[in-house]
Amino acid sequence: MTDYAAPGTAGSKVTFKPRYDHWINGGYVKPSSGQYFENVTPVTGKVFCEIARGNAADIDLALDAAHAAARAWGKTSATARAVILNKIADRMEANLEMLAVAETWDNGKPIRESIHADMPLAIDHFRYFAGAIRAQEGSLGEIDDDTIAYHFHEPLGVVGQIIPWNFPILMAVWKLAPALAAGNCVVLKPAEQTPASIMVLMELIADLLPAGVLNVVNGFGVEAGKPLASSSRVAKIAFTGETTTGRLIMQYASENIIPVTLELGGKSPNIFFADVAAENDAFYDKALEGFTLFALNQGEVCTCPSRGLIDTKIYDKFLGDVTKRTQAIVQGHPLDLSTMIGAQASNDQLEKILSYLEIGKKEGAKVITGGERADLGGELSGGYYVTPTIFEGKNSMRIFQEEIFGPVVSVTKFDGFDNAMEIANDTLYGLGAGVWSRDMNTAYRAGREIQAGRVWTNCYHAYPAGAAFGGYKASGIGRENHKMMLDHYQQTKNLLVSYSPNKLGFF
Amino acid sequence: MEEMPSRVELTSAAEDLLRKLYSIHGPLMFHQSGGCCDGSSPMCYPAGEFRVGGADVKLAELKVADIPESMGFWMSASQFEYWKHTHLTVDVVDGRGGGFSLESPEGKRFLIRSRLFSDQEWEILESEVLPTGAY
Repeated sequence: MTDYAAPGTAGSKVTFKPRYDHWINGGYVKPSSGQYFENVTPVTGKVFCEIARGNAADIDLALDAAHAAARAWGKTSATARAVILNKIADRMEANLEMLAVAETWDNGKPIRESIHADMPLAIDHFRYFAGAIRAQEGSLGEIDDDTIAYHFHEPLGVVGQIIPWNFPILMAVWKLAPALAAGNCVVLKPAEQTPASIMVLMELIADLLPAGVLNVVNGFGVEAGKPLASSSRVAKIAFTGETTTGRLIMQYASENIIPVTLELGGKSPNIFFADVAAENDAFYDKALEGFTLFALNQGEVCTCPSRGLIDTKIYDKFLGDVTKRTQAIVQGHPLDLSTMIGAQASNDQLEKILSYLEIGKKEGAKVITGGERADLGGELSGGYYVTPTIFEGKNSMRIFQEEIFGPVVSVTKFDGFDNAMEIANDTLYGLGAGVWSRDMNTAYRAGREIQAGRVWTNCYHAYPAGAAFGGYKASGIGRENHKMMLDHYQQTKNLLVSYSPNKLGFF
Repeated sequence: MEEMPSRVELTSAAEDLLRKLYSIHGPLMFHQSGGCCDGSSPMCYPAGEFRVGGADVKLAELKVADIPESMGFWMSASQFEYWKHTHLTVDVVDGRGGGFSLESPEGKRFLIRSRLFSDQEWEILESEVLPTGAY
């Protein structure tokens, strides 16, 4: 018996429907094609429900509903919208375990992360944007004594959002909360790997939002995501995913002249300066954990600290200590609270990780620990598990340059501050980075030097609402997780008003 | 003149899947993705769907039996700088999803398998200038 009963067995916190239709105009709508696809739990590799296979006609239907709701929703007061967002947060909080089990079953992540990270962050995100929209004000500029420029925030209208599979509910909420707070209606396309937990959430909050404000169309990227991203009826498209699809979405957006926000991944350096190991104290212990966070969420995080840069002065000691810490990671059934690493989200993800373990070895990187698929036995034998892996190699190797999206960290040493910065910035990406030092001048200078949108300083993998999150370089456009995201979901209306009774005198 | 070693190959499973996709979608192309989630994988599109430009290089024109049109295998030039020393084989695994890549409704996913070029291959390939997508 696991700590939390598996869905489909007695005592489970969540009961999935055998089949999920689209969520359009406040209720379930069958896919126009009549087709469904099977949804697998990565925990066991077994099918647990069917999901509507959406297409362009379904996207159009959802857009119809969103447009019908947009005017009234956009005219609601910020106060009214904030009340609704807070009610959504309260409802989620009251059903936290149910949502957490649903998320773990759909995605494979350990239940302790769903309970203590994903869901609390999602709940807080709604509360943050409820507060942010209440506090947002327009502005006025006194151009001269008779002329005033008023600036109003207006919603964009109907927006499209395409969600990744690594944090299915949390990543949806990162996009939904600011969009809804700003008064937009949404058509959302979840990832086809993790389409079910978001439907559990939709049902849970169904009575809180007016019909048509939030619509969910499931399906494959090419069949449902593409018609959404290329639609002339969305005023903005938000996407989290990878670079080629990000570029394609920008191409579609260019046809409709609409803005995009993109979060496209990274290859984040986690840098440990020599003074980290000056004492064997709580801070050193924290730094060891900070390194080991590469295994959080099975490494399926855009900001996975997948490049470990260790000062040559402490290299052997530090690598030895983090190897022990990594080997202590408990791999097991994702529904057990003691499990620290669960299943990779899909078979193809597992295969991709294994292909990178191969190329790492072929390029001459040394496997310090891990480096293989894990067979956890019993019903978990069909699931997708990888042992946490530390490679030692050079930054020019492909395992140092490509996002593996698995529990794999590639370690190299650096000699001095400049060398550390050179290696850290030798990457196409610039989403996250970690800097560890007891000397705050070193930490500050490193943080400012690294070309990345988020530099965790003496911490890692914290995602509080209120700290802007987004990429430099090929990692994307826009900043989520902060009130500045409201700007990405709003138009600016300027009224330029003359209070002068006198003509210009030109004509 | 020495024959140019190939940079990209297809497994027979990949060829089978491409024939199927061709029968549905017509001429095809690949663009190798980087980054998050579904990334670091080859994306297969109808030819011309993804607009390549001066920032992209073409690693190969892949030919498949029974498909009249060859298909370009493209990659961002910046990404190629980190990949150029490796030979790529496009394979297929069971899977789901991958951006807007055409194969996901088939329950399949294209996957790259890699090996280092041999010294002999690299001697020939090192100086090769690849075509870009610029007009």
